[in-house]
Amino acid sequence: MSLKLSLRVTPDVPLETECISTDRLAGLNPRAVAALPVLSGNQNACVGDFFQVTGANDGEIRMEGDLRRVKLIGAGMVAGRMVIDGNVGQHLGIGMAGGEIVVNGDAGDWVGPEMSGGRIIVKGNAGHMVGSAYRGSRIGMRGGEIIVFGNAGNEIGNSMRNGLIAIGGNGGDFTGVNMLAGTVVIIGRSGGRAGAGMKRGSIVVMEESPLLPTFMFSCAYRPVYLRLYLLHLRRLGLPVSDAQITGRYRRWCGDNVFLNRGEVLILDR
Amino acid sequence: MNAGRGAMHINSTEIVDTFAEAFAMRAARVIITADTDHWVTTAAQSMTGFATSVIGCKCEAAIERRIPPADTPDGRPGASVLLFAFDADGVGKRLVERIGQCVMTCPTTACFNGLDAQETVVVGGKLRFFGDGHQIAKRLAGRRFWRVPVMDGEFLVEDRFGVQPAVGGGNILILGDTVETALEAATAAVAAMREVPDVILPFPDGVVRSGSKVGSRYKALAASTNEAYCPTLSGAVPSTVLPAGVGCVLEIVIDGLDLNAVEEATRCGIRAAARNGILQITAGNYGGKLGQYQIHLHRALKDRP
Repeated sequence: MSLKLSLRVTPDVPLETECISTDRLAGLNPRAVAALPVLSGNQNACVGDFFQVTGANDGEIRMEGDLRRVKLIGAGMVAGRMVIDGNVGQHLGIGMAGGEIVVNGDAGDWVGPEMSGGRIIVKGNAGHMVGSAYRGSRIGMRGGEIIVFGNAGNEIGNSMRNGLIAIGGNGGDFTGVNMLAGTVVIIGRSGGRAGAGMKRGSIVVMEESPLLPTFMFSCAYRPVYLRLYLLHLRRLGLPVSDAQITGRYRRWCGDNVFLNRGEVLILDR
Repeated sequence: MNAGRGAMHINSTEIVDTFAEAFAMRAARVIITADTDHWVTTAAQSMTGFATSVIGCKCEAAIERRIPPADTPDGRPGASVLLFAFDADGVGKRLVERIGQCVMTCPTTACFNGLDAQETVVVGGKLRFFGDGHQIAKRLAGRRFWRVPVMDGEFLVEDRFGVQPAVGGGNILILGDTVETALEAATAAVAAMREVPDVILPFPDGVVRSGSKVGSRYKALAASTNEAYCPTLSGAVPSTVLPAGVGCVLEIVIDGLDLNAVEEATRCGIRAAARNGILQITAGNYGGKLGQYQIHLHRALKDRP
């Protein structure tokens, strides 16, 4: 039986719920969960002021309601599973190291910033800064997976060093900006300046997308490693076609104002 | 099948009440994929060439089975190869040599670990240096891969390969009245044994004619022909074990990931080989003094339907 948190009072201001993750709620009964502190704007409050808590935590937490103003859900999560039925606010799964978060709705900005493991699945759209580094931080996502079925905003994978980010729709500007390593796959197209400042890593896009002049064309080929990634994403439910799996990709190397060891792969149609 | 007072027959073939002596080894499974079946076969055959006997070749290896595209990591045609050596270090060295020289060189191929084992050896992590600094690491679902740039694109190879305890040197000896009969029976046995998962038959198309004994009158040789099973010497050496009428002996050596697989292959091979013209099916051993495992032919047949 999973622990269920149903939103009964929609917050007027952002609600910071850093305490809500499977491992932090392990062993707590509903009453104890309801008593945990949260921050409503700049006011102290408790979980029970906003959520009705029922069930028991067997490693899975379910949340429901319009959670667009609820921030920091799954922060630092290391194990277990969270399922969120509804839209969710900013900073979902910040610093997450393990487990899985599934959002049956949209997610706000900063999905999985600086996460190091586990998986976040957003069935709708996501905001800006998916899998990014925080401002002033040198390294973003260090591992794990973020799968967004819809579109995502700007700076996907900013400074990411490892892991996989996949966007089922389109990505915004500056995808993979300052990327150190890792893989970003966009099933649609990316916005402008993809890979700006990237040192290593892979940005894969399926539709024609603008490129910086600091990326140099190498060749069109069929990268075997990409088949593994695309088959993996298809198993997770992303709409990956056979043509994308078996297709040829144009390889652009860059960013040559930096290390020039990164790549942007664009499906050759 | 008739059994009683130590004698067992399948059709007219006597199954000798003896055992095959097998050895504790270490094994790895390599999944090779390529754009076409042709290049899968070429790479797998190349990798498993000169890998018949661990004594002479440092490892034993063969193709285990074909893998359809739906079951391979990259969705392309594939084949699995089992490679055996005496220890994990030996397995690792042979994998680096053979994948590096025979698979990486083969157009369009990729190479993946096929064994989920606690013990691992570094393979791709060594082959990556061929990339001379241009290699790229990728990590997906807890597995690490190396993209090594080559002249047709990239060679993709997994960083580490699993190694597990295994059984090598299971065998049966097929004693026929003529070469033709023995070869026909051996071919049927090989076909049946290849249906058994987790085993390989490392000799040429599964069959070996030059069975050996330990030692030689020549000091430089660790092994020499087993004259007790040479039909041309049956009238000349007192150690012959061949019954009258035997004109050809063929051996099938079996390596498996566990004893159960080797026993199952033994059973399938004996049943397929037994026929008119095959006088006896027996097995080679060293009196039980060398190997860690004994595969008793009668027990293998009785314990399994």
